[in-house]
Amino acid sequence: MSTTMNDTFLDDNANIPEQAVGAPFSDDAKIAIRDVSVAYADKKAVHEVDLDIGRNEVIAMIGPSGCGKSTFLRCLNRMNDTIDVCRVTGSIKMDDIEINDGKLDVVPLRARVGMVFQKPNPFPKSIYDNVAYGPRIHGLANRRSELDDIVETSLRRAGLWNEVKDRLDQPGTSLSGGQQQRLCIARTIAVSPEVILMDEPCSALDPIATAKIEELISELSNNITIVIVTHSMQQAARVSSRTAYFHMGRLIEVNPTQQVFTNPDHQLTEAYITGRFG
Amino acid sequence: MSASVLIVCMGLMLLAAFTLGRGRSLSVRGEQRLNSLPYFYGMLTVMWSALPGVAMLGLWLIFDDNVIEYVAMQYLPADMRSVDDGERSLILNQIYNLAYDQGATLAPDYMVSAAQAVNRMESHSRWLMSVVVLSSMAIGAGLMWLRISPALKARERLEKWFRTGLQLCSMIAILTTIGILLSVLFESLRFFRQVPVTEFLFGLDWSPQGAFHADQASSGMRFGAIPLFAGTLMIAAIALVIAVPTGLMSAIYLSEYAPSKLRATVKPLIEILAGVPTVVYGFFAALTVAPFIRDLATSMGLDQWVAVSSESALAAGLVMGIMIIPFVSSLADDVINAVPQSLRDGSLGLGATQSETIKQVVIPAALPGIVGGVLLAASRAIGETMIVVMAAGLAANLTANPLDSVTTVTVQIVTLLVGDQEFDSPKTLAAFALGLMLFLVTLALNYLALHVVRKYREQYE
Repeated sequence: MSTTMNDTFLDDNANIPEQAVGAPFSDDAKIAIRDVSVAYADKKAVHEVDLDIGRNEVIAMIGPSGCGKSTFLRCLNRMNDTIDVCRVTGSIKMDDIEINDGKLDVVPLRARVGMVFQKPNPFPKSIYDNVAYGPRIHGLANRRSELDDIVETSLRRAGLWNEVKDRLDQPGTSLSGGQQQRLCIARTIAVSPEVILMDEPCSALDPIATAKIEELISELSNNITIVIVTHSMQQAARVSSRTAYFHMGRLIEVNPTQQVFTNPDHQLTEAYITGRFG
Repeated sequence: MSASVLIVCMGLMLLAAFTLGRGRSLSVRGEQRLNSLPYFYGMLTVMWSALPGVAMLGLWLIFDDNVIEYVAMQYLPADMRSVDDGERSLILNQIYNLAYDQGATLAPDYMVSAAQAVNRMESHSRWLMSVVVLSSMAIGAGLMWLRISPALKARERLEKWFRTGLQLCSMIAILTTIGILLSVLFESLRFFRQVPVTEFLFGLDWSPQGAFHADQASSGMRFGAIPLFAGTLMIAAIALVIAVPTGLMSAIYLSEYAPSKLRATVKPLIEILAGVPTVVYGFFAALTVAPFIRDLATSMGLDQWVAVSSESALAAGLVMGIMIIPFVSSLADDVINAVPQSLRDGSLGLGATQSETIKQVVIPAALPGIVGGVLLAASRAIGETMIVVMAAGLAANLTANPLDSVTTVTVQIVTLLVGDQEFDSPKTLAAFALGLMLFLVTLALNYLALHVVRKYREQYE
């Protein structure tokens, strides 16, 4: 590289560690990720990530736009399969079973690892049918009453039941943005996932709706492992127990959230949380 | 002055108007700020010059023949002026022949003087027209030139003119439609004065040719349109049964499963189907498909039970179905592609398979567009003529047997209007009544399509 280019970008590049600093590993790992890389055609988006995601923890992924955190998240339920040119290499084991394996059936995997997207994406169906969609395709209910129970429980857990119980037959798209996102969460928890991946779930929502979702995340984390990608450092600080910092496709630092935001181990993390870039 | 010279002169005049108008705005400006850019003052002057010029030119070209004829007639004796239209045009022909030195020289004096008057007027007419047109342009430009001042809102005025121009253009299509509809409507009313509406709408017998001899009058003519509409609906239904599933499936394959390279190749190829002239489909239907169906039906022994014809509704319907596949598939493909990827992700993320996602999320979300495409294909099938003429026959059979020959509304319109026409016979007028009915049916379908699409348009997003 040219030494005449006095760009902070290159200075930062020089400081990228071989291995993430801090505490990337866990004694009770729900998902163990080893040497995972992702490439779109020839362009590598994620470089050799090693990380454990602990059982029933909330782990936040932060980092500048385009750092590969969403791409990494989508590896965990094989959503990158839907993109033709995307190649994922390395090992991802959930409860000691390899999931980054072309022969593995993604249907049961995605039932166990649910996903909530950046923009609320309710189906153009009724509120009831939105929540009942997953249980129906997985055959979780044999009778209408069982399905009714699943729908009600899921909507209650998502904190939406009282707002929609009288209009379950109305289209999901008629709800407000925050309600739609909680509907999408209800839809996800209706199939009783063990892990929920959230890709910037509040970026399209106002502060009040965001607060409700964050509250919901805390409640769900009692028995569900949650991986949340967020651009809001305050949000990461509020909801997560550990925080992982990504930079240019590399995992830089993983530490307890408290430590990341008060006393980060790596200078890039510090630069990001103090707002020098991002 | 010849036409081309006049056009060049008008062009120069407009150029001069622009320069003068623009120059005037700059010279009157003084210390004040102009309301608009100088260019707008120039263009406004051009408009004021062009409009009277074009209007005068149009009026002159429309009315100069009438004026010349009127003046020429004044030279004739009074008794020759008050004749009917036919004789009048004969006399005028004689005058023109004399004027152009083609007629007999042994003509009455008054005819000769009329011819001389025609000659005089024609030679002056062109010159006079040029003078009138150019001077009206000059006057228009001059009036505008005098009114130019810094406070004149030239830009707003010019934009108003252009908006009017755009409105006129958009009115042309609408007015033409209304005009066609009205002419069809009035001819239909003439038809219904001769044939009762109830017979037309509910009659089961269609034989417009009637008797061969004049003395038998119209006794043999029957105008029951039911067999025609039954034939139309049967052929259109067969076509849709072929085209809707095939088109929809191919759209699903192309938009959801096919690699993008294959899609980029195959989609244009399918759309080429829509570009094949219908007459080509027609002889394909008549020469290949229809005999094949007849032979197949005969070999299966069906001809012992029902009529099997070498021209059949099935042949026409099958080929028409192939023809309208691209309407269904191309439109369905577009709307399926327009379904947001986030909906697919949402479904796949819940563990749905690709086919579950397509069946339960993508197709329902795309349904309004798909229905719109199907209705468009349906109105295309109902209006199609050539394939049916060639493959389904001309016999107005009222039958539910697709192996028999049937006829459609469009085919009957063609046969009614081919050959000699008398506009007082119900045979010719029947074509207009059929056209009106067909127009109403396709209008209703289009309205339905628009309504469906509008009602469900905002299902997602």
